[in-house]
Formats: sequence, structure tokens, C-alpha cells
Amino acid sequence: MNMVPQPYEVVARHEESPDTATLALLPVRQPIATPQPGQFSMVYAFGVGEVPISVSGRAGAMGILHTLRAVGAVTRALHAARPGDVLGLRGPFGAGWGVPAPEGSDLVVVAGGIGLAPLRPVIHHVLGVRGRYRAATVLIGARTPQDLLFTGEYDRWRAGGIDVRVTVDRAAAGWAGHVGVVTTLLDGVVADPARIAAFTCGPELMMRLTARALLERGVPGPAVQVSLERNMRCGVALCGHCQLGPVLVCRDGPVLAYDRAEPLLSVKEL
Amino acid sequence: MTNTLELLTAHPFLAGLPPGWVEHLAGQVRQVGYPAGFRIFREGEPAEHFWLIDSGRVAVDIHLPGRGDVLIETLPAGTVLGWSWLSPPYRWHFGAIAIELTHTVQFDAAGVTQLCDASPELGSELRRRFIAVLADRLQATRVRLLDLYAHPVVPA
Amino acid sequence: MAALLESLEPLVTSLREDGYTVIGPVVADGAVVLAELESAAELPYGWGSEVAPGGYRLRRRRDRAAFAHQAGPQSWKSYLHPPRVPLWTVHRKDFTITEPEADEEPPRYAFLGVRPCDLRAIAVQDRVLGGVDGAYARRRAAAFLVAVDCTEPGPTCFCASAGGGTAAGDGADLVLTELVDGENVSYLAEPRSAAGRRRLASLPQRPATAAEMDRARGEVAAAAERMGRSLPATDLRTLLAERLDAGHWAQVAQRCLSCGNCTMVCPTCFCTTVEDTSDLTGEVAGRWLRWDSCFDLDFSYLHGGAVRRSARSRYRQWLTHKLGTWHDQFGESGCVGCGRCIVWCPVGIDLTEEVAALAKEEAGP
Repeated sequence: MNMVPQPYEVVARHEESPDTATLALLPVRQPIATPQPGQFSMVYAFGVGEVPISVSGRAGAMGILHTLRAVGAVTRALHAARPGDVLGLRGPFGAGWGVPAPEGSDLVVVAGGIGLAPLRPVIHHVLGVRGRYRAATVLIGARTPQDLLFTGEYDRWRAGGIDVRVTVDRAAAGWAGHVGVVTTLLDGVVADPARIAAFTCGPELMMRLTARALLERGVPGPAVQVSLERNMRCGVALCGHCQLGPVLVCRDGPVLAYDRAEPLLSVKEL
Repeated sequence: MTNTLELLTAHPFLAGLPPGWVEHLAGQVRQVGYPAGFRIFREGEPAEHFWLIDSGRVAVDIHLPGRGDVLIETLPAGTVLGWSWLSPPYRWHFGAIAIELTHTVQFDAAGVTQLCDASPELGSELRRRFIAVLADRLQATRVRLLDLYAHPVVPA
Repeated sequence: MAALLESLEPLVTSLREDGYTVIGPVVADGAVVLAELESAAELPYGWGSEVAPGGYRLRRRRDRAAFAHQAGPQSWKSYLHPPRVPLWTVHRKDFTITEPEADEEPPRYAFLGVRPCDLRAIAVQDRVLGGVDGAYARRRAAAFLVAVDCTEPGPTCFCASAGGGTAAGDGADLVLTELVDGENVSYLAEPRSAAGRRRLASLPQRPATAAEMDRARGEVAAAAERMGRSLPATDLRTLLAERLDAGHWAQVAQRCLSCGNCTMVCPTCFCTTVEDTSDLTGEVAGRWLRWDSCFDLDFSYLHGGAVRRSARSRYRQWLTHKLGTWHDQFGESGCVGCGRCIVWCPVGIDLTEEVAALAKEEAGP
């Protein structure tokens, strides 16, 4: 059954940035299982193809949100989908983010670019159980102010008790916020390294630098989780494409603790 | 008005410096606050100071014809502003402007240079710390150069 | 208690009458290849092979042995895990999806002549695909396997050091041992499953004598001593995990053409890709499962380019997966020592030599 997509209808489309849109999807017939934070679906554009896309949120009991960036033939077709269009979903697949984190943790979420999309379910989780954690910080980095995702939600997150800090690589006219790499926002975030539960997603180098910056501040490797990406064709550990050494990213990942990911990521062309 | 010595000791840039050295440096400083929008220095002007940012935020910028003042980087509380006083031509390469009400400890560059000449160990330690700051900023800038979030990706 | 079969014809006929498609070795296109058998007479009686790194040749034998040749370029995966499989078609109008295999009966294959190495290879693929590929599981469950013990390994064989041996292990329904006396060929037959017992019971036979059984066992055991090559007797999983940055990979890369032959002939290589197609009207789309190879540059495509761009990294991926990370992913080695990759590599790269070189590099100068 996991090789056959389930039809899902686009019920809403929100443009996050010039090349990125969030699609809200509802099942036409059978729903797929409820996705956990950090899991992904294989999303099918009729006649074009299929790509792995992280779940960026849920809507009600059966609605699934996917935020995707138009970078190739399939994602361009998906990005252009309008309400009423039918896509195919297979999934949910993969090992997701380790939430809930231990009670009393200081949660740190560090997102780079489109990496904020797979992390949004973690933010939603924190909003739902805010009292479980001590501090909750979300650091967001993007290329320019217009590439920031979910900007309409930041105030709601702040109102929910999350410290949201934003930076861009290059400013645009009228930008009054931070300018610099996302790791520059880490100052003062790690009060007690032993309490940190960190989740980071974005370009691979950005995740490695973020993890390194956290480790330099005394956070243990296993407390930092990264979300890996490799070529995926089947999503069900059948096709062999997503291997990273011993890890099958679709099955053992995409989320990995940094102590496990680091030795694999540091081998060129693994 | 917080005691200058307390501000200096609390600032990350001088963390761990022997108290005696901090007192020497305290002789070369004054507390300066800048209102939001105040231009701290312009590119090309002589670099006669450096600042420890205690609170607020400073933008490093440069003026480009047709684009106006372009924001390069923001420096928050706990960081150092200004290193052009360390080497020739001792002129600012970029400008700096307070984004919001910013409280700083301003150092007199000439005075600190004299202090360092008189006390080589202090000079060496200060330079070591400035190198660490510059190295950090250079690494971060190189990462931004990679334009990791960009699409389409330009194949190497 | 073993039986002695004077001929395999009754077995082939019996299987065909029950609706099995019997697949076995035949001589075609200058090699011993797998094909559908209508009669046991099509088996390669009297044919042997000469194998070497980068070389394969048929040769006429002095006897009429049918299973004394070495592994040909194909393996049973061509039938259990076919090169191109339709997965489903979908209609744009209402997104109705049709799966071809769900309604049809899968072909019931009877494999005649599965060597012990290939039997292990089928078990390896069962472990990889059995739980995640429903179509594979159905084909496999419907298959009847007649294994043939190995009495004549070749210079490129190394099953013994790859965790196997010349005697067939688990997974077969029937196990045969070919007893060759010049022109006369007969088969010792032992059932290994209920289906095998039933099948064997229906065939004309006589009980094997003790002498015949001793001879069979002896020849199979002796064959295990005549392996042409061997893998080093060391923990390859750990060795390869520690040698990812070894200088030796560059050495292999100078020779490897990344042609992917090894992945095509290897009986355990399983990687596939999916192909999405659409008809001219755009109303009906389909998806196919197709063999793929980690040597293909597109295999590891990510964000504008391949993660494994160099031939060096792609050869390393193949070898370290086959002998190393396969343990992490599937709990065993992916290599059964059949030697096909050595024979069909156009430049004759020998993975037993490459592994030995890596082991030596670890030991230091």
C-alpha cells in the first residue's frame, strides 16, 4: 500500500515567498496516517513525478500542510497547484523530531531558509504544551526579508511564550532587524547546556555550523538533532538511493542526533 | 549610571582579563549612549575609537550610489564595534549607525595604543581578542558568501 | 533419505503441468544464461565456462555435466526482482489508481539449478525486499526452488569466505547434486520443504545408495577447498567503516569506468528508481519501478548536482555498501562470493583484492 499515493485535494494555498508556497491538503478518499513532527510525505504531481516534502503542519484531524519551494520540474508543478487540484500523498515516512523533549528542557530551534518548514510542527508542539519546557527559543535565518517563511505567525508564537529571533543574510530597504548568519543569534540562548534540547534544519553546512556552535557552548552532541536530506525515490527503504553510509535517510532519518550524523557528514561524497 | 568598571568587567569581550588591566583600560573610556538612528561614524572618517556594546543594536553599513545606505551586518549587545583603528590607514571602511537606543563604552584608540605600547602583555592580549572577533566575523561572512539558501544553485 | 533421479525431464514436465514457468540455464549468445525451459534437454549438458577477471568464455566439456559451469551474467533476480515493473496507473479525472499485480496472478516460477551462492543471494534479497515490496514477496512466495550443489567452483569464486559454501543452505524446495560419469549424468535429490517432498514423491526415482551419497558429499566438500579467491577473514564492516578516507580508493578509481556492470550482474544488488510516465492525452499517468545503479551519476542527485560526483566515491559506495554497511542496514553481508562482479568488470577489478589492499593499508606501512 505504501507504493500507491492517496489522492489529496488542495483546499488552500498560501504564498510564503516568491518561490515558496504552503498547500493545505485534505484526503479525497483514504487519509494517510497522522504525520509526526519531522516526518515527510512523498508528494506526487500527476504525470510529472514525486518528491519528498516535509510536513510543515496539520489542519484539523486529517489536514496536512506542505510547504514547498519551486526548484525543479515536480516542485514547480506542485508549487503551481491551486485549490481544487488533486495531488498524491504517500507516507508519512521517516523518523521525526524527538518531541516531546524531556520536561524542563530549554528548547532551541534553529531554522535556515526552507528548513523552518519541517520545524514548524515542533513550534506548534511547544505552543501546545508550553508549560512543559523552561525556555523556548526559535532562531530563524533567511536569505533576504522577503524569503522569510510564516512571518504572519511570529507574533502568535511570541504571544505563546516563545522567544523568536530573526536574521537575514542580506538586508532589503526598510529592514530593521538583524543582518548576519543565524548562528550570531545564539548569544545568550544557552544558559544551561545540560538542559538544552536543540533542533536544527536547513542547508547541510548551516546545520553543521549551528551544531558546532551549540557544542562549543557545552551542549552534548546527542541533544542536538538535525534533519538530513538525500536523494529519495521510494521513501520506504526499497530503492537504495537515500543511503548515507549505514543510514537509510528515509527510514533511520531524516532526523538524526548530531553525534550520529557528524561522522557521516564529515566524509566527503559519502 | 552604572559603574564603568562594572560594565567593562561584565562585557564578554573583556571576560577573564586581570582586574588590573581592566582598571588601566578604564582610564581610556567613557560611557556613551546613542539614540535610535544616530550615525556613530561614517566610512572614510579617521578611526579614533572602538566601542563595547552594552545594550541596543548597531548596524554596519556602507553607502552605494543608487542604493543608499546598505545594511551589511547588525551587531547586538555583547559585541565589539570598530577594529579599523588597529591598522593603517586607520580610517573606517564601513559606517555604523545605532538602530535603536544603544548604550556603549567608548574607548579612545590613541590612549589604548599608548597603553599597549607601555604594557606589551596587555597589548598582545587585546590583539589576540580582536583577532578572534575578526576571525569569527570573517568565517560568518564567508558562509554568507556561499549563499546557501539561494536557488537556483549554481553548480561548482 | 535421498533419491536418485536418472533424468530431470520428469521434473520439468511435472512442474510445467502444474502451471510453473520453469527457468533454468541454457546456452545462448556465447554464454550460459537463464531462460524458460520447455524441456530438460535445453539444459547446458556438456558445457563449461572459463572465467577470469574481465573474461568469460564457454568451453566444451569432456563430460555431459549440465551444472558444472560457473555463474553466468544473469541471476535469479531478473525474475524475482525484474528490471522493469509497472507499479500503477492513475486517471486524472478521479484519481482512480489501478495496480496491475493486484488483480493478476503472479507468474509461478520454478528455478532449476540454483547454486548455493545464488540461493543465499535470494535469501539476502528476501531480507531487503521481502518486508517492503509486496510484489516481490508474492513472486517469491509462489516460487519453487531447485538448488544444485556446487562441485566445480571457478577461479573467481569465493563463496566459502563470504559466509557460504558449496552445499546448498536454507531456502530451497529440492536440492540436487549432479553425479557425472562421462556421458552419464544422474542426480541425487533431497527435499527441503513440504512442497519439495510432494514434488519429489511424484517423480520416477530409486533410493540413492550409500556410496552415491558419500560420493556426492565428498565432491561438494572437496569443491569448497578449491575456491579461486577469498575475502580476508576479518570484520569487514568495521574495516570498511574505518577506511572511508583511505588512499586506496583513488587507486581503484583510476581503473573503474563506473559502467555499473557489477551492479547488473550481482545477484544481491537491488537498487531501483521510479519512473513516472504519462500518455499523450495527459489523462492517464503511470509509474514504473526500474533497476538502477549506484554508479549512475544521477543516483545521488541533490540540489543541483550529485553528492557522489567522482568515480572514486561511487566505487567506494558500492564496495562499502556490499561488504560493510549492508550489515548495518540488513543485518548481514550483501556479498555471497559468486564472483560475477570480477568476471564481468570490463577492466577486471577484483573486489577481494581491493578489500585486501584496504586491510593492508589499515595495518600501516
